[in-house]
Amino acid sequence: MTDNDAPPRPSTHQPVDLPGLRISGLGLQYGTRAIFTDLDLTVQGGEFVVLLGTSGVGKSSLLKIVAGLTRASAGTVTATDGLPLAGRIAYMGQQDLLYPWLTVIENVMLGARLRGERQEPDRARHLLERVSLQDRAKALPSELSGGMRQRVAIARTLYESHPFVLMDEPFSALDTFTRAQVQDLTAELLQDHTVLLITHDPLEACRIGRRLVVLTGHPARLGPPIEVPGPTPRAPDDEALLHIQGHLMRILMEGHGA
Amino acid sequence: MIPTLVRPVVTFVVLIGAWWAVTRLGSIPFYLLPQPPAVLHALWQQRMLLASATFTTFSEMALGLAIGTLLGSLCALAMAFSPRLQRWIMPLLLLSQAIPAFAMAPLLVLWFGFGMMSKVVMATIVIFFPVAAAFSDGLRHTDPGWLDLAHTMGAKQGAILRHVRLPAAMPAFGSGLRVATAIAPIGAIVGEWVGASAGLGYVMLNANARIQTDVMFAALFVLAVMTVLIWTVVDRVLRRILYWAPGNGGAAR
Repeated sequence: MTDNDAPPRPSTHQPVDLPGLRISGLGLQYGTRAIFTDLDLTVQGGEFVVLLGTSGVGKSSLLKIVAGLTRASAGTVTATDGLPLAGRIAYMGQQDLLYPWLTVIENVMLGARLRGERQEPDRARHLLERVSLQDRAKALPSELSGGMRQRVAIARTLYESHPFVLMDEPFSALDTFTRAQVQDLTAELLQDHTVLLITHDPLEACRIGRRLVVLTGHPARLGPPIEVPGPTPRAPDDEALLHIQGHLMRILMEGHGA
Repeated sequence: MIPTLVRPVVTFVVLIGAWWAVTRLGSIPFYLLPQPPAVLHALWQQRMLLASATFTTFSEMALGLAIGTLLGSLCALAMAFSPRLQRWIMPLLLLSQAIPAFAMAPLLVLWFGFGMMSKVVMATIVIFFPVAAAFSDGLRHTDPGWLDLAHTMGAKQGAILRHVRLPAAMPAFGSGLRVATAIAPIGAIVGEWVGASAGLGYVMLNANARIQTDVMFAALFVLAVMTVLIWTVVDRVLRRILYWAPGNGGAAR
């Protein structure tokens, strides 16, 4: 009965007209302290944008505003197709946020459970296959490694089949090698989504971002966008990547010292 | 690995042994501390009386535990559902604890009579608070990340309570219920001391008046065994419910 409400599912091979995300004049203030002011950023439909910043610069707050979890002091966040953003965003937090009392497959279908919609185990199993966890569907999250849990979180994000995906340092809890693997998977599986990912890791930004923006200063401002050439995920020893990574590191250090 | 049953048996044997040694070596008069065989004898001699008293006290404890847990949970859920309600209920909850249960006992006997009713009410009052307090605490301290995720998925308040806050609060509920189970005898026994015609508390009070210390110890022994058994059953059930929570037998399978 709720089938009619379900949004159309983007497929991997068919190019879909994806809406973009427009942030304009966004500001956040706690009392008299301005966290950031006048932020403008447009994420084109289907684009993978990485927002880079040091900790405490307000990037998590920015993402929470876009996700509709916090209110901004000024400015707006809209979709470029004019439709409301609410209900079209899949969110990945700093931890995998798997519910420990639900099995892996139940976690993948969490959105349907929470909205009281019919759950589609076949689709969930297919997504688990894409993150190579099809044989762990009945396991509890506590039985999985950190990397596996993060892959379940990716499957849960894909199950939502929303055009927008917001990620808040989703891989910061993983070790370097596992992180690289999950980054590869993310870059591959989120191709047909409009993605805004925030991170403090320049390497992560360079490996999976199509366009990078740096958030620095107090109050924080966005720097000019940096395009990284070549298809994602990029090899960690790619010449252009290494050059940009160093450049980003320098911007962050200068911004932090200021 | 030591089998799980060995440890309590060892503890039991050592305790009884120490008791026996004290009574043998210390030449303590019988009416102060009877020797274990005398208690065993009393246990057998008074078995009919003790059995019926145990049944009475068990019923009071079990009913008190069931009603107290139910009311405590409902109270915690009501507070979780409406913060305004919480501001009204919380002071009342604290007030109910400010008055010692012992002080209430005579009043409860006056109101609800010498029968089981007053003891069940007493046990309910004692059990209610730890369940309500722990459960309400658990319902209020849900991982903010889990709540954020649920909000972005478009979950309504009711669905968040049912699918996120409620299961997330179950470990806290479990520890509240364990505490409540351990103190459940207090309610029933105090009620029986103040005024009753049946139950282990009544047997103890009578034995005490007649300086039948052996019967008193026999009743105490039965009460302890019963409490441990009830606690074990509650613990088993909780482990089953909390299959996913670390430290509850689950999770680290």
